[in-house]
Amino acid sequence: MTTSTATPAPEVIEEGGGIGGALRDYVARLRGGDTGSLPAVLGFIVLVIFFSATAEPFTSKLNWANLLNQSAAYIFIAMGLVFVLLLGEIDLSAGYTAGTSAAMMGVVMTQKGFAWPIAVLACLVTGAVIGLTIGILVARLGIPSFVVTLAYFLGLQGVLLLVIGEGGTIAIRDKTILAINNNNMSTWMGWVFFLVVAGGYAAVTFGQQARRRAAGLPTAATSVVLAKVGGLALLLAIVTFFLNQERSVNPVLNSLKGVPIIVPVTALFVVGLTFVLTRTSFGRHVYAVGGNAEAARRAGINVGNIKIACFVIGSVLAAIGGILIASRDNSVSPTSGGSSTLLLSVAAAVIGGTSLFGGKGRIIDAVIGGLVIGVIYNGLPFITQQAGIQFVVTAGVLLLAASVDAIARRRASATGR
Amino acid sequence: MSTSTSSTTPLLSLRGINKSFGAVHVLKGVDLDVWPGKVTALVGDNGAGKSTLIKGIAGIYSFDSGSYSFEGQQVEVTNPKQANALGIEVVYQDLALCDNLDVVQNLYLGREATSGVILDETTMERKATETLKGLSVRTLKSVRMKVSSLSGGQRQTVAIARAVLWNSKLVILDEPTAALGVAQTEQVLQLVRRLADAGLAVILISHNMNDVIRVADNVAALYLGQMAAQVPSESLSHGQIVELITAGRSGDLGLKAPDKEVVA
Repeated sequence: MTTSTATPAPEVIEEGGGIGGALRDYVARLRGGDTGSLPAVLGFIVLVIFFSATAEPFTSKLNWANLLNQSAAYIFIAMGLVFVLLLGEIDLSAGYTAGTSAAMMGVVMTQKGFAWPIAVLACLVTGAVIGLTIGILVARLGIPSFVVTLAYFLGLQGVLLLVIGEGGTIAIRDKTILAINNNNMSTWMGWVFFLVVAGGYAAVTFGQQARRRAAGLPTAATSVVLAKVGGLALLLAIVTFFLNQERSVNPVLNSLKGVPIIVPVTALFVVGLTFVLTRTSFGRHVYAVGGNAEAARRAGINVGNIKIACFVIGSVLAAIGGILIASRDNSVSPTSGGSSTLLLSVAAAVIGGTSLFGGKGRIIDAVIGGLVIGVIYNGLPFITQQAGIQFVVTAGVLLLAASVDAIARRRASATGR
Repeated sequence: MSTSTSSTTPLLSLRGINKSFGAVHVLKGVDLDVWPGKVTALVGDNGAGKSTLIKGIAGIYSFDSGSYSFEGQQVEVTNPKQANALGIEVVYQDLALCDNLDVVQNLYLGREATSGVILDETTMERKATETLKGLSVRTLKSVRMKVSSLSGGQRQTVAIARAVLWNSKLVILDEPTAALGVAQTEQVLQLVRRLADAGLAVILISHNMNDVIRVADNVAALYLGQMAAQVPSESLSHGQIVELITAGRSGDLGLKAPDKEVVA
């Protein structure tokens, strides 16, 4: 990098070395313990190869689309957990928040007969109220979030039972709600979606590049930016093409093709929440509170309000996860959002690269980690039906992810990053 | 008590400041003057009342009695926001930086520049670069480096830069060199000197007599809650400062001996 002197016309400063230089920087960051999502991406590839080799049905086109629908709820709960984890807090109740909120939706829609928008609103409000009360207990009373959300974990399990009734289920019959996590877009819609995402990413990236250049600030080398944009476009094009293929077992009876609707829904949330975390002062303050709460307080940030806001966002996203669970299952039962839902969601966020120690994490981590979890839970039943093994494997994956996080953190402090 | 000789009027002037915590009388009629363009070293042993005095100036505590005037005006400073509004910034010993954020993000923390709801990163980065350049800071490779990857001296530099970014008039530095090595101490002391040369008033708290003699124009020594003396540093030797700190007096400087009359 060259340093500029004050000249009337802003000179162009590019970070030197082009793609080679960017790669070297990346390797240096990895060695310094800043692993980002790399372990998750590698894990994803290894798992896909493993299951493809050992489980024949895993590689079917039908299964690939299933994978996206199965992971969606975990991804949404994990996106909410990213906000909470960024603070260095934990929300153990996110799974049952999803279940309870979905039950509220079921009650309003199926039992009271309201239209789906009102039911969804009731679901989101339920999530928000849960998050607000957790946030107040943690931020204002100063109870550790572990204890508060452990109590909520038990309490909401009870509420869910009370709302649904012992052994009962609430059926979900609304077409819109069922479509969210089951139906696909038409093939041309899939390509429109591809163009919007790839074009949008390119526009934002090049726009940023142009603004920085105009302000005389150092910019990434053009070759690196082109490689990034091109790489993403290529990847998306392959995925879209693949999902647009016919994947029905019997196409004459029931045609099944196109990008699942959940994909653009998730993309919308990823873009929106990433914007909030990286482009607004609120997001900046979330990272600051997670990095050094005392410094944030002295900088005039209202730490308590940031915490409450993060718990509300986390629980509302968990409620959306609940809608996805209900949509996938066609019903809400006392086990919706229970069992291993929470652990898998935490694992998704942590596997993706969000730190349990606070201050480090991105929304996209939840998606990448959620897909890894999805692959495990999708592929494992093809190999063994034993629930015991599935639990043990999940526990192992969670511990592995936490270990990677802890080791990365130690390396980071050793190398001063 | 002798006062410093200076042609300009003090930026900050405290007279007869008292502060008690319960039964403990921490500050007893303290006077202090701080001039723009000068470094005033505040020295004193542990428990002499340095921190209390600083926190009072910064608005974290309010003084029980005494007058607090800033730029010749009598002012009431009862919370940190009021002190910030006057142009008073404090760099605390434990720096208060976020390791997980980069230099620009730390400089603007809590006061981010925005256009609409969006953070104005280009403006912040440009201004941060200018501020650091203005302080002649050349040791940073990039303003987008995370603070966790900076050395102690660089962190101190960032903390000080953050204090001067806001057109501040008085910068209070609490032991800025306490945890630094020789070269880094040198960097920070030069920076402190540049702040004063740029016209800011600087209060430097330090236990290091060499630092005080190197960089201060003026030494104010607290002894058990009383201002023993505030004198120009060129008139003081290393030993005299130590005597003022440990005994409250040195020769005819400082507090009167409690047990006998001093014949002038």
